[in-house]
Amino acid sequence: MKILVTVKRVIDYNVKARVNADNTDVDLANTKMALNPFCEIAVEEAIRLKESGTATEVVVVSIGPKACQEQIRTSLALGADRGIHIETDSMPESLNVAKLLAKVVNAEQPGLIIMGKQAIDSDNNQTGQMLAALLDIPQGTFASKVELIGDKVHVTREVDGGLQTVALNIPAIVTTDLRLNEPRYASLPNIMKAKRKPLVVQTPADLGIELKTHSKLLKVEAPAERQAGIKVNSIEELIEKLKNEAKVI
Amino acid sequence: MSEYNHPYKDVDFVIKEIVEFDSFCQNAGLADINSEFASVILTEAAKLGSDVIAPLNTSGDNQGASLKDNKVQQADGFKEAYQQYMENGWSSLTAEEEYGGQNLPNLFGTAINEIWQSSNLAFSLCPMLTQGAISAIKHHGSEELKNTWLPNMISGLWTGTMNLTEPDAGTDLAAIKTKAIPNADHYLISGQKIFITWGDHQMTENMVHLVLARLPDAPSGVKGISLFVVPKFLLDKEGNTTSQLNDAHCTALEHKLGIHASPTCSMSFGDNQGAVGYIVGEPHKGLSYMFTMMNHARQDVGLQGLGVSERSYQQALEFAKERIQGTHKDGSRFSIIKFPDVRRMLMQMKSSIEAMRALAYVASNETDKSRYAKNAQDKTKHFSRVELYTPIVKGWLTELAQEITYLGTQIHGGMGFIEETGSAQHYRDARILTIYEGTTGIQALDLVGRKTLFDKGEQLAELLNDIEMTAKELQQKPQFNNLAVSLENAITTGREARQWLLDNAQTDKSAAGSVSVNFMMMFGYICGAWLMAKAALKAQALLDSGEGERAFLQSKLVTTQFYFDHLLPRIKTNIAIIQSGSDSIMSLAEDQF
Repeated sequence: MKILVTVKRVIDYNVKARVNADNTDVDLANTKMALNPFCEIAVEEAIRLKESGTATEVVVVSIGPKACQEQIRTSLALGADRGIHIETDSMPESLNVAKLLAKVVNAEQPGLIIMGKQAIDSDNNQTGQMLAALLDIPQGTFASKVELIGDKVHVTREVDGGLQTVALNIPAIVTTDLRLNEPRYASLPNIMKAKRKPLVVQTPADLGIELKTHSKLLKVEAPAERQAGIKVNSIEELIEKLKNEAKVI
Repeated sequence: MSEYNHPYKDVDFVIKEIVEFDSFCQNAGLADINSEFASVILTEAAKLGSDVIAPLNTSGDNQGASLKDNKVQQADGFKEAYQQYMENGWSSLTAEEEYGGQNLPNLFGTAINEIWQSSNLAFSLCPMLTQGAISAIKHHGSEELKNTWLPNMISGLWTGTMNLTEPDAGTDLAAIKTKAIPNADHYLISGQKIFITWGDHQMTENMVHLVLARLPDAPSGVKGISLFVVPKFLLDKEGNTTSQLNDAHCTALEHKLGIHASPTCSMSFGDNQGAVGYIVGEPHKGLSYMFTMMNHARQDVGLQGLGVSERSYQQALEFAKERIQGTHKDGSRFSIIKFPDVRRMLMQMKSSIEAMRALAYVASNETDKSRYAKNAQDKTKHFSRVELYTPIVKGWLTELAQEITYLGTQIHGGMGFIEETGSAQHYRDARILTIYEGTTGIQALDLVGRKTLFDKGEQLAELLNDIEMTAKELQQKPQFNNLAVSLENAITTGREARQWLLDNAQTDKSAAGSVSVNFMMMFGYICGAWLMAKAALKAQALLDSGEGERAFLQSKLVTTQFYFDHLLPRIKTNIAIIQSGSDSIMSLAEDQF
């Protein structure tokens, strides 16, 4: 079985994000970038499935400017077999991403598509769901456990009330939650091998997709600075404040 | 406890702009190795350093290593961290492909060793000593010896140690007493060794000791010392580790000022029947074999000076930004980084560290340039430069590390004196660096003796000529006029010191030794000024072309200016002391002390 993993280049989670001077976006010029942590978990899960003999090939795909190839190489260094880069000038919106991915899925015919549940830059949590709808295949989102049993994939999902396990026909989409696994460190020999693993570059036009803009980013502002806390004298006072001031209960 | 963050911006800048690694790779014909690939590798190594190795720095210092039943138990977590380091293949970085290595340039080794050393100096010594042992066997061992020992050392499955020092043979290795008696296909080693770093541990299935010893027919003195491989556990015929211990064990651990988690062992060889050992290369050549590894080992220790300084700086900087200890007129409070004297200390740390890194990396790349040289002349030229840089990298970097870790603690005020703060550990850990692998005095003697007087100052003159080219470049740019003048003056001062040494060393036998440390420090400061000036030129060029991160490049200009204002003037003191000669140092009779 082939697994397709999607990876996104995002601002490194260790870096403090800054808003640019004209408040139009987060300042990404010369900022350290990295593999989206949820995507890293997706890559790890796919590699584990390959190591356990369940999967035969792991293909990673990333969409964005040329620099995205760094994240594809990182994924290849972690153990993926080959990469696909769909080169775009900017970061396309989720629906465009889902449409591009649908074309890749049709061409590659993977048995499983593993994606991060969201990217830590825009935090939308929607591409996986959109892709499932476009392809009309089952989805198991927020996975904390993935098992292939027979011809079905069993996905344990982290839902509000606890854990829910669903059995999906394959091909299916799985989106990863933080507790699915702990990603490995890339080893030096694998980093060296990754340089020689195949990476093909395509454009949206190659895939017959025209990128569209459905939303407009109006303004980006840094969050307000956190105010100092206060001490309360009693539980009653705390509850009163939560009810009437914070209005959270 | 402090976190460690890899200073990737400065590291990338030094590799790309100061070392000019990409043009080196092109000239050397190294396909698909470049500064971008260096950055990929460093990013991965930095993750392991920050997440796995650095968190053990404080706990390792508190717990230290312990000895029970002749077995050394390393600090908690070290075994797991080592296993991770090994599984990720970092021990194979620069080793030869033939034995499972990745054969990457020496500069990669340096940049990655900096990560381990900043993360955890005590931990980093174990891989470092293994690299030294690998190098000795690789350069001097027979094919059989190489095939038997190298693959498992390069993979990290076995670690290595260097057994040189004995109670009566430290700097003077001619006094070594350990014996080696021929016995069938091997030798039986017996004797005592002290100060053996990571001489025992339980992190790996086997260990490989390299031991200096004398054969029965050995001439006395330095020409009678041979080098042996002595495993901790004996191997079977296939070369696999057996459970049979060799007659070699740790008898005591030293109680030290710093690097507590690095077990410093007294080793006893041959208490019973004699420890099984195999000779490396030819008899009686052991000491010269050791010398071939010396450049690398000494530069590595110089790099430790950089590593521990960087960690100390990161911790002090974080504290200076967070520690609220001042009040504005309007009653609002501010952190101590606003105080000019705290700034002075931080700038001194920062500018020293950036100059140290530039010199360490440039020196490291000279080894690559020598290795990949297209002709014998170039090879010799670059090798001579390695030789010249080595005592400066070791001596100057480790001496500056004392000052930097001192300032790191000073910035913390009273909290710095408290062990729980963690700053004191860097100060204590740094203290060994000017001592082991040849003290500062030995480095300085090497610079004035073998590296300067021996060739009549030729190498030093060439270095100063290279520096002058950068001074000329500075003169072309009006905004760098003041730097150009200072660098020119520094070159003149350097030439005066060189000339003084050449003029006085013959007539006054104490002259060279008396001025040596000032001489070495002076050339450290001059090399630092040269490379910081180069950094400023490059940073300005990038700013002019609109490339790179402005804030970083602008800070490079300021840091260079600070270096020229605060560190370079020290050479005026150095030259004054040098020119005072040996009189006031040597005139007292011993009983007048």
